[in-house]
Amino acid sequence: MKIDRRNFFRVVGVTGATMTLGKEIFAEPKNANEPEPYGILFDSFLCGGCQTCEYTCAEIHNLPEPVDAPEIGVTRKINETRRTVVNAYETSEGEVDVKRQCMHCNEPACVSACLTQAMFKTKEGPVIWREDKCMGCRYCMISCPFDIPKFEYNSPNPKITKCDMCYDRIQEGKIPACVETCPAEALLFGKRSDLIKEANKRVHEFPDWYVDDIYGDNEAGGTGLLYLAQVPFEDIGFNTGIQKSSFPELSKGFLYSVPFVFVLWPTLLLGIHEATKNNHIKNAEEDE
Amino acid sequence: MNNMGSYAISKDNDGKSIWKFLRAEFKPKGKFFTPFNIISLPVILVGFVIIIIRFWKGIGAVTNLTQEVPWGLWIGFDVVTGVAFAGGAYVITFMVYILNMRKYHSIVRVTVLNGFLAYVFYAGALLLDLGRPWNVVNPIIGNSFGTSSVLFLVAWHFLLYMIAQLIEFSPAIAEWLGARRARKILSGMTLAAVIFGITLSTLHQSGLGALYLMAKGKIYPLWYSEFIPVLFFVSSIFAGLSMVIFEGSISHKVFFNQISEKNHKAQNNIIHGLSKICGGTLFAYFFLQVLVFVHGKHWDLLNTPLGYWYLTEMIGFVFLPMMLFVYSYRRKNILAIKIASIITIIGVIINRLNITVIGFRWDAAVHYYPSWMEIVVTLAVIFTEIWIFRWVINRMPVLRDSPAWAKDVK
Repeated sequence: MKIDRRNFFRVVGVTGATMTLGKEIFAEPKNANEPEPYGILFDSFLCGGCQTCEYTCAEIHNLPEPVDAPEIGVTRKINETRRTVVNAYETSEGEVDVKRQCMHCNEPACVSACLTQAMFKTKEGPVIWREDKCMGCRYCMISCPFDIPKFEYNSPNPKITKCDMCYDRIQEGKIPACVETCPAEALLFGKRSDLIKEANKRVHEFPDWYVDDIYGDNEAGGTGLLYLAQVPFEDIGFNTGIQKSSFPELSKGFLYSVPFVFVLWPTLLLGIHEATKNNHIKNAEEDE
Repeated sequence: MNNMGSYAISKDNDGKSIWKFLRAEFKPKGKFFTPFNIISLPVILVGFVIIIIRFWKGIGAVTNLTQEVPWGLWIGFDVVTGVAFAGGAYVITFMVYILNMRKYHSIVRVTVLNGFLAYVFYAGALLLDLGRPWNVVNPIIGNSFGTSSVLFLVAWHFLLYMIAQLIEFSPAIAEWLGARRARKILSGMTLAAVIFGITLSTLHQSGLGALYLMAKGKIYPLWYSEFIPVLFFVSSIFAGLSMVIFEGSISHKVFFNQISEKNHKAQNNIIHGLSKICGGTLFAYFFLQVLVFVHGKHWDLLNTPLGYWYLTEMIGFVFLPMMLFVYSYRRKNILAIKIASIITIIGVIINRLNITVIGFRWDAAVHYYPSWMEIVVTLAVIFTEIWIFRWVINRMPVLRDSPAWAKDVK
């Protein structure tokens, strides 16, 4: 069965199911003391590639307007002047548009890489960059498995740029600008666990239209950005080989060994020093 | 003697005041138009100009760094490779002060000086690469401790290790200034500084490798494994010692008149002893690399251009120098040892660059190649370091024997 976007909405309207949620879902937090992080669900089935998100993002962050449009065969990349892009892919299901930006990992590699806490995972969920702390070492860029943080190479006062999920707006009780302006309702903002429930619901109610997979559910240990698509994710530019456990886990073993070395080494070295104190007399004899 | 300080200094330096002494010492010594000076001075000057441009226009104005490859030659070579070669200092101090192998005592000072200057200059080169160097104090003081970061650990260890090395070297400065009391106090701190220094070195030599643990998927799989920290640590031993052999051979020619007859004779014996350690650690390293490779199950990747390059590194620059070290140790062939150390040095450079630059984002659309300006700045850093090294050697008792007064107080 071939279905286009218009038909899909019709079906939804008929079944009266899920799409009446609007642009955000708020559930009562299970535990008010432990706020659950927010996330964004992107549904490539609904995205028409209109770039409204790109224009909105550029506008509210004082960045230049996009000069190019999604084009099949061209992978547009985020860079220091644009924090989100929409790319078009030719797939078995026709053209599929995908919006990319920072994934806002649950356990971000960039945050654990940062030696000054400039990269910071807020309790609300967004991963933000703090100008007054950053020393510009770019280790966050080395570590990020999604290649998200960008650096202003041509500035004497360079910044690291990336999507911050409109953290300012979230603090004011608003939702991210791209979610608010998306005319296709392809973006949904809410508590991460609610978004996963919603994504599963869509997959189960419309199994013909979605692959049964949520990208970001446990990629890199789980991300704040969650993706639904009508084709396998490797067909639309996603790295599906990415490890399912968190990236900071990779250097934890090393970091845990540090205190042990700090205690054991000096003791050991001092012991050897004492034990070999008189060796030089023997060595001197041998050298003669 | 009881009221130390300037009194002692003025007394030890033919009654001249400390300021006159220092002023005389800061004047250049020896011929000016040597081949080294003629080559290095223009490079240093051009490098200086490039550094000004870098701070004026931004890093992008002088480097070829990309958004995919944010660390290039300045980190991959200056810092990661340079620090491996500075590893000689902790290995030699381990042998002399911990294992009490007195045979190597005569090269401790020059090795520690080399190590110290390497850290000062390579950490200095790091400042050039920082986009926002005015915030460099954030991980050291203030409330911005990113304690979960390997780089945080490495930064602290660099700083502390530089202090430890300065303490290890400080008796030579005290002897130069004729400060007897200070020398006595500082010498007393040597063992503590050595133990602290070796501990720090173990952690940050491996830590430099651990920096790349999170770059899983970005480094060509033949060079990425969870054992990078161990491999970095083991290779820093023979990297450091090969540098000691190489640098020692040059110093013994250039600073011929500084070195006593006895130490000249001892030099070949020292090189011979070090070759055994180099051969042994290279064997351990080769064995580890084979284990890592078998464990990694990347047989298919060997039959690719980067796979051939990997094999070249492992066979030509690990296995071959290992065999050469073993052979030349048995035959007591000093020349062959020196050749093996040069091959090892090249091999370590190749290995570090493979992980940090060549194999890093090998799949990126735009490949990173260092710009000529990055190379000139790197050379300028190395040349400036050599200038300072030479300045110190010509003044302080590093290669030459300590003054008589320092000898009786052992």
